[in-house]
Amino acid sequence: MHAAVIVFPGSNCDRDLQVALERAGAKVSMVWHKDTELPTGVDFVGIPGGFSFGDYLRCGAIAANSPICRSVVAHADRGGYVLGICNGFQVLTETGLLPGVLLRNAGLKYICKAIGLKVETSNSVFTARYNAGGEITVPIAHHDGNYHVDADTLAALKAEDRVAFTYVDNPNGSMDDIAGVLSQNRRVLGLMPHPERMAEPAHGGTDGAAMFDSLVQNLVHA
Amino acid sequence: MKARVHIMLKNGVLDPQGEAVRHALDQLGFGGVEGVRQGKVIDLELSETDAAKVQDEVTKMCEKLLANTVIESYSVELR
Repeated sequence: MHAAVIVFPGSNCDRDLQVALERAGAKVSMVWHKDTELPTGVDFVGIPGGFSFGDYLRCGAIAANSPICRSVVAHADRGGYVLGICNGFQVLTETGLLPGVLLRNAGLKYICKAIGLKVETSNSVFTARYNAGGEITVPIAHHDGNYHVDADTLAALKAEDRVAFTYVDNPNGSMDDIAGVLSQNRRVLGLMPHPERMAEPAHGGTDGAAMFDSLVQNLVHA
Repeated sequence: MKARVHIMLKNGVLDPQGEAVRHALDQLGFGGVEGVRQGKVIDLELSETDAAKVQDEVTKMCEKLLANTVIESYSVELR
């Protein structure tokens, strides 16, 4: 599997994501935000955590309008796979690839800690290696993770089984405890928690590794 | 021509920052503040001089970048 990890000024989890993907067996190309095209043969795009463009204007808004993001949107529109983690999730909502928006945490504080996540669906290439209804432990590190979406879209997300993860103990005020959502074709996932920071024993746990293992194995055979 | 864009969270979208400001005002003894909503002001200096064109162009800027219309409303004031 050939993965591209997009690097914006202010990205700070790009290398973590690269390491997690390589550990699972992917070939990874790091792609700078000013590039206009993804490398040839890319199957998967990862948008990492961080503070792209200093979170100016709104989190993810400037990154979502960068040259490479036009190619990322085109990749997704062709049915390509995309994962956005933390700031990457914010970027994906700003591009319109995922519905909703991430507001300031209800408690106004930046929160950085390991939290419990409930896997809501195993029906995606990202979550196929987890048991639906099971719990995993993954860190969060964000100031703006309070997921908000209009009532009709929220109902549709639930009816279409597109809520991928929920918080066991809601840390940020997210609607219906939502921590991650899938696109309609289930090939784009955005989530606030960081599976790449819980992907090897030295991290203190490996619950995040199954996402990258599943991605690499399923996309290779796709 | 100059344009000023006002961006506010839509009604019904929780504004925790506004609520924190309201609480702080209350602590300072400013009683009777029943609600605070915090927004943004963006000033633009444009080479275009035709008001209708500026209005149209700035509206496009708001839709594309300056506001996130999922949660924010905007208004454009030409100056």
